[in-house]
Amino acid sequence: MFCFPAMGHRHCCALGPMDPMRRSPSPCSSRPSSPRTPPCEMLGYVGIEAVLDQLKIKAMKMGFEFNIMVVGQSGLGKSTMVNTLFKSKMWKSTVQGLGTPTPQTLKLQSVTHVIEEKGVKLKLTVTDTPGFGDQINNDKCWDPILGYISEQYERYLQEEILITRQRHIPDTRVHCCIYFVPPTGHCLRPLDIEFLQRLCRTVNVVPVIARADSLTIEERETFRRRIQHNLRTHCIEVYPQKCFDEDINDRILNSKIRDRIPFAVVGADREHLVNGRCVLGRKTKWGIIEVENLAHCEFPLLRDLLIRSHLQDLKDITHNVHYENYRVCRLNESHLLPRGPGWVNLAQTPAGPLAAPQPSKACQQDQEDSKDDDEY
Amino acid sequence: MEAEANSGSLEDSGAFIQRPGEGCRTVPLAGHVGFDSLPDQLVNKSVSQGFSFNILCVGETGLGKSTLMDTLFNTKFEGEPATHTQPGVQLRSNTYDLQESNVGLKLTIVSTVGFGDQINKEDSYKPIVEFIDAQFEAYLQEELKIRRVLHAYHDSRIHACLYFIAPTGHSLKSLDLVTMKKLDSKVNIIPIIAKSDAISKSELTKFKIKITSELVSNGVQIYQFPTDDESVAEINGTMNAHLPFAVIGSTEELKIGNKMMKARQYPWGTVQVENEAHCDFVKLREMLIRVNMEDLREQTHSRHYELYRRCKLEEMGFKDTDPDSKPFSLQETYEAKRNEFLGELQKKEEEMRQMFVQRVKEKEAELKEAEKELHEKFDRLKKLHQDEKKKLEDKKKCLDDEVNAFKQRKTAAELLQSQGSQAGGSQTLKRDKEKKKAPHHPTQAGSVAGSCCKLPNCMVKGAMFSGLL
Repeated sequence: MFCFPAMGHRHCCALGPMDPMRRSPSPCSSRPSSPRTPPCEMLGYVGIEAVLDQLKIKAMKMGFEFNIMVVGQSGLGKSTMVNTLFKSKMWKSTVQGLGTPTPQTLKLQSVTHVIEEKGVKLKLTVTDTPGFGDQINNDKCWDPILGYISEQYERYLQEEILITRQRHIPDTRVHCCIYFVPPTGHCLRPLDIEFLQRLCRTVNVVPVIARADSLTIEERETFRRRIQHNLRTHCIEVYPQKCFDEDINDRILNSKIRDRIPFAVVGADREHLVNGRCVLGRKTKWGIIEVENLAHCEFPLLRDLLIRSHLQDLKDITHNVHYENYRVCRLNESHLLPRGPGWVNLAQTPAGPLAAPQPSKACQQDQEDSKDDDEY
Repeated sequence: MEAEANSGSLEDSGAFIQRPGEGCRTVPLAGHVGFDSLPDQLVNKSVSQGFSFNILCVGETGLGKSTLMDTLFNTKFEGEPATHTQPGVQLRSNTYDLQESNVGLKLTIVSTVGFGDQINKEDSYKPIVEFIDAQFEAYLQEELKIRRVLHAYHDSRIHACLYFIAPTGHSLKSLDLVTMKKLDSKVNIIPIIAKSDAISKSELTKFKIKITSELVSNGVQIYQFPTDDESVAEINGTMNAHLPFAVIGSTEELKIGNKMMKARQYPWGTVQVENEAHCDFVKLREMLIRVNMEDLREQTHSRHYELYRRCKLEEMGFKDTDPDSKPFSLQETYEAKRNEFLGELQKKEEEMRQMFVQRVKEKEAELKEAEKELHEKFDRLKKLHQDEKKKLEDKKKCLDDEVNAFKQRKTAAELLQSQGSQAGGSQTLKRDKEKKKAPHHPTQAGSVAGSCCKLPNCMVKGAMFSGLL
């Protein structure tokens, strides 16, 4: 079944519920055939598949949008990683000089660029979080980040419920959050666990082991297994989430990816000469770490996951699951949409007090409340 | 030292240095990143989802709507031809699953049944408009739900409306004009001349010009194929000039030359459906399916549906801004409406309650009246009964008195008799008494008295009396 989402060219996949917040019926696979729709044999070529080309043309004309957020302590190579991912100078690598004091508060910085490749235009927004986890007391350091993410959802929601709305609602929602885990080699720290727990419910999180060139291959493997164990123990569902696998092919593909998460990556934006080739890498006294060499680090896997194969999927999950969850919370708490006597089919909600919109905190509270809404 | 909590809008909090989405510049890439596969990712997702396309065929009965659909999609859709005796216009909708290579299409064909058959055609367009609105409404309802499943929703909104014009060769009928005028703001109208093998070529050109001018002069906006994208601008531009398409439908295949082709055979020649010199069928198929299907859907969603949505929400009283230009007054408006509605409900409830109480009172009064009546009746009857009883008792008393009197007389008479048996003169007295008493009880007394006339008669009479009593 194909149908338009709220706006724009984004096409959706059939996704299942994400426990425990959304208790919708079982995931619908693509196009359940009902007895009312008999399959018809066509006796000749009609040309329906030309619609795919039409889709492509339309998409290329409109361009794509992608919003990515990098979270991690300073010094883990976030800016470098972004530059390496998109092969351009998105950010100037932040080097804290001796004179500049560490930032007292967590300030999010966003930068938007338009990059083009073979006719495909991509509007890329990268949000950086300098100062995360840098203070002595890091309590609630995730709040500004969660607030920012909710803010983007809120913006989209407000645009969507306007009477006269734009043809294409600008999408600033965070599609993917890359979380940089410092290469301690032991296991996830309490800060990591706290943050991941909170974030994986609102956004797609991809954890990576940063600066992996300080770990040997065996150490990497042990570290990875421990992190996976930690994630399982704390019920943290990182991308690609198991509950959204559509069919057997997806599951096989995603299991392979899940096995390798978190990727051990190295970022570099300088080029060096290796065997006559110019490669991106880090030059050390004991050798050159090639970023794009799978034997050296898993950066190609991350890049392929994010850009070459799962970009659309990231966007779809953000739109169909995370945004919808936010919307449900929000509408339940403030009765935004018209639900008067004429609207028969809409879900009934208990008449509650009008709360002033406070997306981040209230939404989390409502996530617990929505468990009680059995009538939906 | 603590992280600043973000609690306000983007402008208020100082936590953001730069807003996302602003100040973007194009950055050159130093190598191959790989997002040129994005359109393919998109297409793959859509293919796994499948597409849905809904066509509405409006036209009089017998213009070949079903045949044309069969010809367009190269298949035989089920359905019997409609009769001309329908009392009103009805819409018949059928959904089919078509599959071509890896693309699955859920095709819905809606056909008007009985259009143009009635004597009074004033309301013929209404069922059509209602149907289209109902589809928009269903989508709007789904979109406004709190927990919605938009990505799995089967889109039933009409994407294209093929309007079949009868091949009179003169001009549009007034029914056509009226219907098209009503539909042009709700759906993409593509007018086609049906059964165009009935018109010769020269007549056809004149007919087309006449139709186009009539449409323009009446302000009917038919669907124009988009000309903004270079790859299709040219072909669409030329096609726009050929509107309305003159089509012929046929599912029969005839051998022409050495190929099997869809055609219609007449004694004077054969009309080939896919021959561009004979009719515009190929053009229609190109435009409708191969080139513009996506655009038709886009227009339906972004233009017609948005218009419907806006009208509907404004009807409900929602605005984007207050008279004071305060944004997001949906909340207050909604609350106000809600309170109003609740107030009305309460008032109605009160009214109903009062009416109920009143009715109960009335009924109570009625019942009391009835009870009173019953009591009275009972008293009356009781009184009657008592009267009767008294009367009977009186009578009984009378009779008792008589019996006593008689007994006394009897004893007196016996005394006398015992005295008189010595005297002998009381016989006459007794005979007199006998004569007196005998006619009172002739039957019983007679038989008994006759047999024992020798016994003292008063004793016999006494026995009779006691027996009677």
